[in-house]
Amino acid sequence: MAMCLAIPAFVEQLTAENHAIVNLSGIRKEISLALVEDIAPGDYVIVHVGFALQKLDPLEAERTLAMFAEISCHDQDLS
Amino acid sequence: MKYIDEFRAGDLAQQIAAKIASEADPLRHYHFMEFCGGHTHAISRFGIVDLLPANVHMIHGPGCPVCVLPIGRVQNAIQLAQIPGLILCSYGDMLRIPASNGMSLLKAKAHGADIRMIYSSADAVKIAQENPQRQVVFFAIGFETTTPPTAIAIQQAQALGLKNFTVFCNHVLTPSAVSHILQSPEVRAFGLVPLDGFIGPAHVSVVIGSQPYEYFAEEFQKPVVIAGFEPLDVMQAILMLIRQINTGRAEVENEFTRAVLPAGNIKAQALVAEVFELRRTFEWRGLGWVPYSALKIKSRYADFDAEQRFSIPALSIADNKACECSAILRGVKRPQDCKIFGTVCTPENPVGSCMVSAEGACAAHYRYGRLRERNDAVIKEN
Ligand code: SF4
Repeated sequence: MAMCLAIPAFVEQLTAENHAIVNLSGIRKEISLALVEDIAPGDYVIVHVGFALQKLDPLEAERTLAMFAEISCHDQDLS
Repeated sequence: MKYIDEFRAGDLAQQIAAKIASEADPLRHYHFMEFCGGHTHAISRFGIVDLLPANVHMIHGPGCPVCVLPIGRVQNAIQLAQIPGLILCSYGDMLRIPASNGMSLLKAKAHGADIRMIYSSADAVKIAQENPQRQVVFFAIGFETTTPPTAIAIQQAQALGLKNFTVFCNHVLTPSAVSHILQSPEVRAFGLVPLDGFIGPAHVSVVIGSQPYEYFAEEFQKPVVIAGFEPLDVMQAILMLIRQINTGRAEVENEFTRAVLPAGNIKAQALVAEVFELRRTFEWRGLGWVPYSALKIKSRYADFDAEQRFSIPALSIADNKACECSAILRGVKRPQDCKIFGTVCTPENPVGSCMVSAEGACAAHYRYGRLRERNDAVIKEN
């Protein structure tokens, strides 16, 4: 697996010693939660070399998606 | 998969592309560097360049950890692996980096050295635990994202009282590399690399936050937009950069707010500060010696520092003469400018480091870009 190419993973269950089982597009893996706090099953985390680096913020994700769809003020120029 | 598919939707990509096309000023050129290898990969894989107007140019930056490691350090690792009884652990991509005399960790392994590919730093600690009679060295590389896991491994080894575990530390820092590029003669004096703005890295920024980039935005008057790895993220970041330039702004903006906080991951930063300190200078492939651009293990953790336990000579080894990696990493050349690209040098048989990992500019272009060029040719012929 390439080092930097990580994708969001779904936290399925917390396991012993601050670890968790995550699902990365169908692949299950045990990762460490040592670098993050307050993770619960159902969260999405960014995983890198076996460690969760951050929890994804679902509200911010919605906002970003809304920003993609926002109409630009120049759109009327498009024909 | 949630948080992936929505960020790859083709219709939205077209919408953002239309905004870029309508807002980019046809009378000027825009040159943006994507610092991070993850973005280089996404740009090639999803054919983002095809969705951009001809006056918006993407330049690959040096943000591929495998690509920037100088050959001397790889050679050091190969030498370490020759020590009888020693186990060298490393992330997979490192194994194929060509060193001198056609050697690589993979070849050293084939010749009998005990070199193990690991997925996580924790695996290296486990190997040390299971082999108390043998020295285990973790060949650690990477930017701010892989450094906290290395710090954890060192603390774990300490907690377990391991006497046979050390780290050969090669961790490097993103902000110093960006300033080095901005101060380089190619950018400043020769104007060989016109640079109007940066796409800030995704995962590195998850760790360090958006604040460290404020300096470039102010000092060099270059906008920075931190972007996620999905194609829509990159497109939106390009649009945001164009808008900044059109309105004369040079600010740090964050497109990846779902994962990047202004202060980053403070817990990870505290761990790194506890275990590591700055090196005065460190050699980068492509950039040369860059002051305060890398980390070493603090003396408090010297028992876990391979550079303290073993004699590791400073080796400066030149790249293969035909290889243009060094110019590519500075944004001066493109993979297709290399004479042996795709012929002598391929991902199966890499001559330079940029062809090794999926984030390397040459490997990304080999896998996805050539196809696109061929498609372009077909379109033009029709
Ligand atoms: S194609 Fe190979 S030899 Fe040429 S610059 Fe890229 S990595 Fe170096």
